[in-house]
Amino acid sequence: MPAPSGTGIAERVAVGQVADRVGASAARPDGAQKTRGEFAFSSDLWMDAMLWGKTLRSPHVAARIRSIDTRPALATPGVRAVVTAADVPGRPTFGLEVPDQPVFASDLVRYHGEPLAAVAADHPETARAAAMAIVVDYEPLVPLVDPDVALEAAPIHPDGNVFRHLVIRHGDPGATGDVVVEGTYEVGMQDQAFLGPESGLAVPAEDGGVDLYVATQWLHVDRDQIAASLGLPVERVRLYLAGVGGAFGGREDVSLQIHLCMLALRTGRPVKMVYSRDESFFGHVHRHPARMWYRHHATRGGDLVKVEARIVIDGGAYLSSSNAVISNATCFAPGPYRVPNAFIEGYAARTNNPPCGAMRGFGAVQACYGHEAQMDKLAAVLSMDPVALRLRNALERYDRLVTGQVLTGAAPVREVILAAASHPLPPPADPGGSILALPGGAGATAGPGDVRRGVGFAVSFKNVAYSEGFDDFATARLRLETGVDHEPVATVTVATAEVGQGFVTLAQQIVREELGVRRVVLAPASTVDVGSAGSSSASRQTWMSGGALQLACSTLRAELLVRAAELWECAASQCVFDEGEVVQAATGERLSVQDLLSPAPLETEQEFHHRPTKALDADGQGDAHVSFMFAAHRAVVDVDPDLGLLRVVQVATGQDIGKAINPVQVTGQIEGGIAQGIGLAVMEEIVVTEGRVRNPSFTDYLLPTILDMPEVLATVIEEPEPDAPYGAKGVGEPPTISSGPAVLAAIRDATGLPLTRAPVRPEDIALSHGETT
Amino acid sequence: MPREERVPREEREEGAGASPGRAGAGDASGGVPAYVQADTYELTVNGTRRAVEDAWLGESLLFVLRERLGLSGSKNACEQGECGSCSVLLDGVVVCACLVLGVDAIGSRVETVEGLSAAGDVADIQAALVDAGGVQCGFCTPGFVVAVHDLLRRVPGADEMAVREALSGNLCRCTGYGRILEAVRDVQRSRAGSDGGHGAGA
Ligand code: FES
Ligand code: FES
Repeated sequence: MPAPSGTGIAERVAVGQVADRVGASAARPDGAQKTRGEFAFSSDLWMDAMLWGKTLRSPHVAARIRSIDTRPALATPGVRAVVTAADVPGRPTFGLEVPDQPVFASDLVRYHGEPLAAVAADHPETARAAAMAIVVDYEPLVPLVDPDVALEAAPIHPDGNVFRHLVIRHGDPGATGDVVVEGTYEVGMQDQAFLGPESGLAVPAEDGGVDLYVATQWLHVDRDQIAASLGLPVERVRLYLAGVGGAFGGREDVSLQIHLCMLALRTGRPVKMVYSRDESFFGHVHRHPARMWYRHHATRGGDLVKVEARIVIDGGAYLSSSNAVISNATCFAPGPYRVPNAFIEGYAARTNNPPCGAMRGFGAVQACYGHEAQMDKLAAVLSMDPVALRLRNALERYDRLVTGQVLTGAAPVREVILAAASHPLPPPADPGGSILALPGGAGATAGPGDVRRGVGFAVSFKNVAYSEGFDDFATARLRLETGVDHEPVATVTVATAEVGQGFVTLAQQIVREELGVRRVVLAPASTVDVGSAGSSSASRQTWMSGGALQLACSTLRAELLVRAAELWECAASQCVFDEGEVVQAATGERLSVQDLLSPAPLETEQEFHHRPTKALDADGQGDAHVSFMFAAHRAVVDVDPDLGLLRVVQVATGQDIGKAINPVQVTGQIEGGIAQGIGLAVMEEIVVTEGRVRNPSFTDYLLPTILDMPEVLATVIEEPEPDAPYGAKGVGEPPTISSGPAVLAAIRDATGLPLTRAPVRPEDIALSHGETT
Repeated sequence: MPREERVPREEREEGAGASPGRAGAGDASGGVPAYVQADTYELTVNGTRRAVEDAWLGESLLFVLRERLGLSGSKNACEQGECGSCSVLLDGVVVCACLVLGVDAIGSRVETVEGLSAAGDVADIQAALVDAGGVQCGFCTPGFVVAVHDLLRRVPGADEMAVREALSGNLCRCTGYGRILEAVRDVQRSRAGSDGGHGAGA
C-alpha cells in the first residue's frame, strides 16, 4: 500500500537521543505531527467508497417499544443499510464486566439516548435524515430516577436494581469518640468531555470478518465484546487503534464499535461514524453522581477513632464498571488517614439515568468530597488547624487500611501534605488589576472590594491498576535488528492505547534506558500483532505496559549476553551490558549491539503481571489493591458573594508519584488533572431532570478555559515504589481527586457556607448569602 | 467490495500509535442527500484554487476542508463554535470553520493549519508546543497553533492576561493549559530576542 500523503517523517520521529532515557523530559514522538494537523485521529479516517453511519437514539427516558418501522429510512435515496436489534448476529448485549446492555434496545428503552437503530448512507446528512425517518412506536413509562428509591423498587432490568452492595467492617463497631461530626454530601454527574468525538471506520474483510479502526482505551476487550455480538471468532475481528483525542475513562466502554461493524458487514463497504458533540454526551458513560452520609469520631486530641459512612452511587441504566467504582468509593471512603474502626456501606444502584462508569479518579473522587469536608468539620469542632489535623492522622507505611490491608509500599502522605502546604500563597487580589482576574472574568459585575478570598485543603489516595483479584497484565513485543544504516533499531509492539497520556514517549525512553538503542520505532497498536496491554486507565500503563516493555528489554539483553559469550567462548555470566555494548568482564573487550545482531534479529514477547490481589471478604477485608498513590491540594479561591461567581486563583499540590519517568509529562498530567478537578468543583455537571439530559453541548456543559485555570504549583515526591518498574507508581488520577475538594473547602472558607454539593453553582452562594451557619 | 488505495491498514513505523488512512485529496464524501441542493464551486485554500464538486450547500467549511479537500488538520470537537479546534484563517481573520458554510468561503482566502505549517510561519510555535509539553492527545493542538499565530502576529508582546483572553475560545481537555502558556511565553521570548519580524503578516 502506498504511504498516506503528508507524513514521510518516520526517520525523524524514530531517532531520539540516547540521553532521552528514563528520567529525562523527552519530547513526544507524535508531537510534531499533532501540531501540524498531520496526526490522524479516528475522526480523520477515510476510504474510497466509504459510507457514513448514524445512530437513532431514544427521545424517551423509559419506554416500551411497540414497533420499529425502518422502511422510511431504507426508502431514502442514498441509504445502504439500516440495522436494529433484530439484525444483531450474535449476543444481543455487551458490557465490560457483565453483558447487560443491549446493542440496540428492542423491547424496552432504559435511558434517554439509548440506541435503537443505525443507518449507513452515502452522505452524513442523508444518514441523519434517514435515522430521523425511522418510525418508532413508544409507550412511555414512568422512569426510576432516584438511586435510593431504586435499591428497593421493582427491578427495571432482569439483573435487578442493586449492582453491588459492599460493607466494610473494621475494628470495634461500638467504638465512639469524644467528638462526633456528621454530614451529608452530594456530587453531580461529570463528563469526560474528551475533545476527539467517538469515531471509527469499519472495513469488511475478505474472510467474512471485519477490521475496525477506532479510538478506545482497551483494544482487546472491545474486540471480545464486538466479536461476541457479531457472532464471529475473535480472530476475525481485528481492531487497530486510531488516533485518540483524549479518553479519561469515557472510552472504556463500547459505544459505536458494534454498530459500525454491523453496518460494514451488512453493506460490504467501509463505514465511518463520527458522533456529534451532543451525541457524544449520550454515547459514553459518565462519572457517577453520589450521595454520601458520613459520621466521624475522634478523640479530643484529634485522633480519628471511627469512620461511619454510607455511599450511594447512581450507576444509571446499565452496569458498565459500577461494581469497581463503588468498591473504590467504599475502600477509600475514610481518606488517607489512620482509622482504627470503621463501618462503611457502599451501594451502586441501577436507575433510568444515563449509564455511568469510569472517569479519572474512579470512585475516589466522590468519596474525597465527603471525607475532606468531614476533616474540615472535625478541625473546626476541635479548633485545630485543618492541615495539622490531617498531618496528625496521615497514613504511614505499614499502617493498616480499613480493609485490613497493610501499606507495604511507599506512603509519603505527610510529605505530600507538607509539600502542598509549603508553597507560597498568591499575592492579595490587585484592586487595580484586570477585570479578567475578578470572579466572573470579563462578565464580572463584582465590585473588587466585595470579593472574598478563601483557602482550602484536601488530601486523597487511590489504587493503581486493577484490584480485587483481577489478573491484571500487559504484553509487549520487542524486536531488535540492524537498520539500513547499520544502526540497531528497536521495534516496540504493544496494544497499549495512547490516549494522550504519553506512553509512546515512555516506551522510547524505557528502551533507550535498557538497551542504549537510539532508534526506537513504535509499531501500530492492534489486536493482530500482540497480546492485550490491558486498559489505559487506573493510572496503570506506566507500571503495566512499562513493566512488560522493561521485561522484554531485559530478556533481549540476556540474549545479547549469550551471543557475546558464544563469540568469546566464555560464560554469559562473565559478560555485562554497558552503555549499549556488551563487555567481557575479564578482558574488557566490547561488542556493540549491532555486532551481536548481525547473525539474526532478536525478538521476544513478554507478559507482565502485577502482584496478585485478593477479593474483599464479606466484611470488606482483604489485600485488594496492589499499590496506592497519594496527593494533597491547597486551593485559593476568590468569591463574589453577591453573584456567586468564582475565580480559582491558585492550586498548590504535593503528589506521590514514585518516580518521574518524564518530568514534563508528569507536570502535564498534574495540571490537566487539576483542571478536571476544578471543573467538577465549580462548573461541570450533566444536568439530568427526570432522567433527561438537559445540557448535551459545550454551550451548556462548561469546561474550564484557559481563563479559568489558576496558577498551579506542584511538587512531586519521588519515593520509589518497591514493586513498580523504576519505582514509578502512576500519575494520571490523583490530580483530579483532591483538587476539587480543596476548591470547595476554599469557597466554604471564603463564604462560611456549608456547601455540601459539587459542583457549586452560583445560586448555592448568591441565594444563601447571609444564611451562613 | 471496492477496495482502493488508501486502505487504512498501513504499516507505518513512525510510532505515535496511529495506523489509519487519512482523508485523501479529492472528493471524499460520496454524494449528497437527495433532497437538498448541490453545487460545484471553487475555494482558495492555502493559496491554491480547489474545486469542491457536487457538494451539498449545507456543508460547513469544516466539513468541506476535512471530507472533500483532504485537509483534516482542522478538528471537529464540537461543530458548534465552542471549542476552537476547527480554527482557520478566513481572509486573515480567525474563524471557527464549523460555523462558516463552505459556500460562504467562495472568494475568500482560507488558510488552514496545513497551509501555515507548509509556509513555515508557525514552525516556532509548533516546536515550542512540543518542547514545553503543550501537546497531549493533540486534538486541540492545530486550533491552538492557528490561534497563537493569530495573536502573536497582532500583539507580539501580549501579556499573560491578554494571551489567556485571546486563547479562551480554544478548549483543551488534557493539559490544563499550563504547558500551552509556557509554549507561548517561549515563542514570545525567542521572537523578541531574534530581531523581530518573525512570522509577521502571514
Ligand atoms: S468544532 Fe468548531 S468550534 Fe468546536
Ligand atoms: S491536548 Fe488533548 S485536548 Fe488539548
